[in-house]
Amino acid sequence: MVKTTAAERALVGPETSTRSITTADAKREFSMAAPRGRAMRWFSSIVLVVIGIVFLLPLVWLVLASLDASASLSVKWPEAPSFNNFLTVLTPETSLIPLTNSFILSAGCAVVTVLAAILAAYPLSRYSMRINKPFLYGVLFGTCLPITAMMVPVYALFVAFNLIDNMVGTILFLAATSLPMAIWMMKNFMDSVPISLEEAAWTDGASAMRTLRAIVVPLMRPGIAVVFIFVFIQTWGNFFIPFVLLLSPEKLPAAVSIFSFFGQYGSVAYGQLAAFSLLYSVPVLALYVLVTRLGGGSFALAGAVKG
Amino acid sequence: MTTTAPTALGAPTAPGAGRPAQRKRRPGRTLLRSAPLLPAIVLLAVFLLGPVVSSLYGSLTDSSLSGASASNAEFVGLDNYTSLFSDPDFPKSVLLTLVFLVASALIGQNALGLGLAVLMQSSHKPVRVIVSTIVVTAWVLPEIVASFAAYAFFNDGGTLNTMLTGLGIPGVNWLYVFPMLCVILANIWRGTAFSMLVYTAALNDVPPEITEAAEVDGARGWQRFTLVTVPMIRRSISTNLMLTTLQTLSVFALIFVMTGGGPGTDSTTLPLLAYQEAFRFGELGFGTAIATILLLVGAVFGVLYIRALKPEVD
Repeated sequence: MVKTTAAERALVGPETSTRSITTADAKREFSMAAPRGRAMRWFSSIVLVVIGIVFLLPLVWLVLASLDASASLSVKWPEAPSFNNFLTVLTPETSLIPLTNSFILSAGCAVVTVLAAILAAYPLSRYSMRINKPFLYGVLFGTCLPITAMMVPVYALFVAFNLIDNMVGTILFLAATSLPMAIWMMKNFMDSVPISLEEAAWTDGASAMRTLRAIVVPLMRPGIAVVFIFVFIQTWGNFFIPFVLLLSPEKLPAAVSIFSFFGQYGSVAYGQLAAFSLLYSVPVLALYVLVTRLGGGSFALAGAVKG
Repeated sequence: MTTTAPTALGAPTAPGAGRPAQRKRRPGRTLLRSAPLLPAIVLLAVFLLGPVVSSLYGSLTDSSLSGASASNAEFVGLDNYTSLFSDPDFPKSVLLTLVFLVASALIGQNALGLGLAVLMQSSHKPVRVIVSTIVVTAWVLPEIVASFAAYAFFNDGGTLNTMLTGLGIPGVNWLYVFPMLCVILANIWRGTAFSMLVYTAALNDVPPEITEAAEVDGARGWQRFTLVTVPMIRRSISTNLMLTTLQTLSVFALIFVMTGGGPGTDSTTLPLLAYQEAFRFGELGFGTAIATILLLVGAVFGVLYIRALKPEVD
């Protein structure tokens, strides 16, 4: 057992102190030993606080500028804090239509992705077929494709199919890009649903699709919600894909219209830009909090097989 | 995100349901059973495989957005690639991309992410909760919003220069004088949370008995970390290095908003170069050649990544 005195720790730090071995009150001291020593604790906390402040500064600008009628690009306390910037951008043309478009794109993409992923995950999780391995490798490989790099050929392909400025086409492409990760996640969630419940249903004559709908899907609802929210957040934040594939102003999602807003008024109306940015960010921040809450939900599934 | 946690629950990965099919393999049944894969296969084939294949082919044609070659592109062989390599912008862009990858992903995000994860383990709980919330917020924010925030921070009249002036140090126009440094720091700011989360999870899996045993054997703090902890989380490190590299390879909006690739081409990484060539100058074939090269780089990393994750599939 290792013992260092408080003075030693304070003087030379927990890492370099010389240690003597004692048996007395060793248990209590052990938990206080070097890596979690008190000085180490303070050192870590102080370093973390400094890093935290540096990371916070750009975010503080967003919040303060959004409340400031005469915002600049620097962090400064608003002289007369007000929500006027929010009221100014909360018009249909500036933010409401783009936010609706963002919602249509993200929800559409998430629905398509989740449906395709559930269907695909079922045979991958439940049967050992010859196609499983190549398919899973392909999916894993798909998660690695740099989508940004693909946008030039994708644009050419969309021109050839006459899909440019088409919401459905964009939704399907967005779904295809998020599908590899979604299938991978969904299969892992489905693997943790115990198969014994399904076996009982199969014995009673239920078809595979019926079992999937009536037993597996209800049991993995938290997992499905996690995948849905995950895809939704990703699509909501995506800038480059709609930027390249959509053209008409009335179809553009917030990510793109916020960028053109920046180009048109950005050099003067920083406060409005920040307010619009915050309005656009709040939904994903809320969903992220929700998904971390749901994260543990899948572990409760193991209990379903008992009782 | 690596979501391999559910398999660790000890759930059946290859459940018994497959057994009857193996006993008497009927092609009809296998076909019926793999039918639910169809929607996913169609989507992936049309929208992911399609562009990849057409990228390989398109890079061998002289197609452009307007003019005669817009409607009937001609096969030009490797012309796009030869002109690509003779164009001075291309080698410069490759170099900038490498600098961006190494500095912001391999070194910045991974080292800072690991550092944060280690510090979090030995810090006070409120500090840990608040700081990790801040770091994760920068990561969860939509990329365009994060880009604006970083732009405002580094701008001539931005927060950084205000603070430096407050300290009596004359600021410079960071986005013009040091464009690469700005986008690298911005990408570290935005992406570190991912590495931090991965490494926090990995460190939590290291049994405390092992580090304690090393401590009893006389290993000092730094030795314990490099000789015990790092080898124990080796797999997480290699996976994370690859994932952050791939994510950084496709960073576009951040650089596009902050510097637009400029001044001149001083921060034009390959994704921006492909975009500019294809959409601003209408050189679709040229842009496609760059895209193909990026896809090949991504493919190499993809293969390495798959090899690392092979046990998960088998």
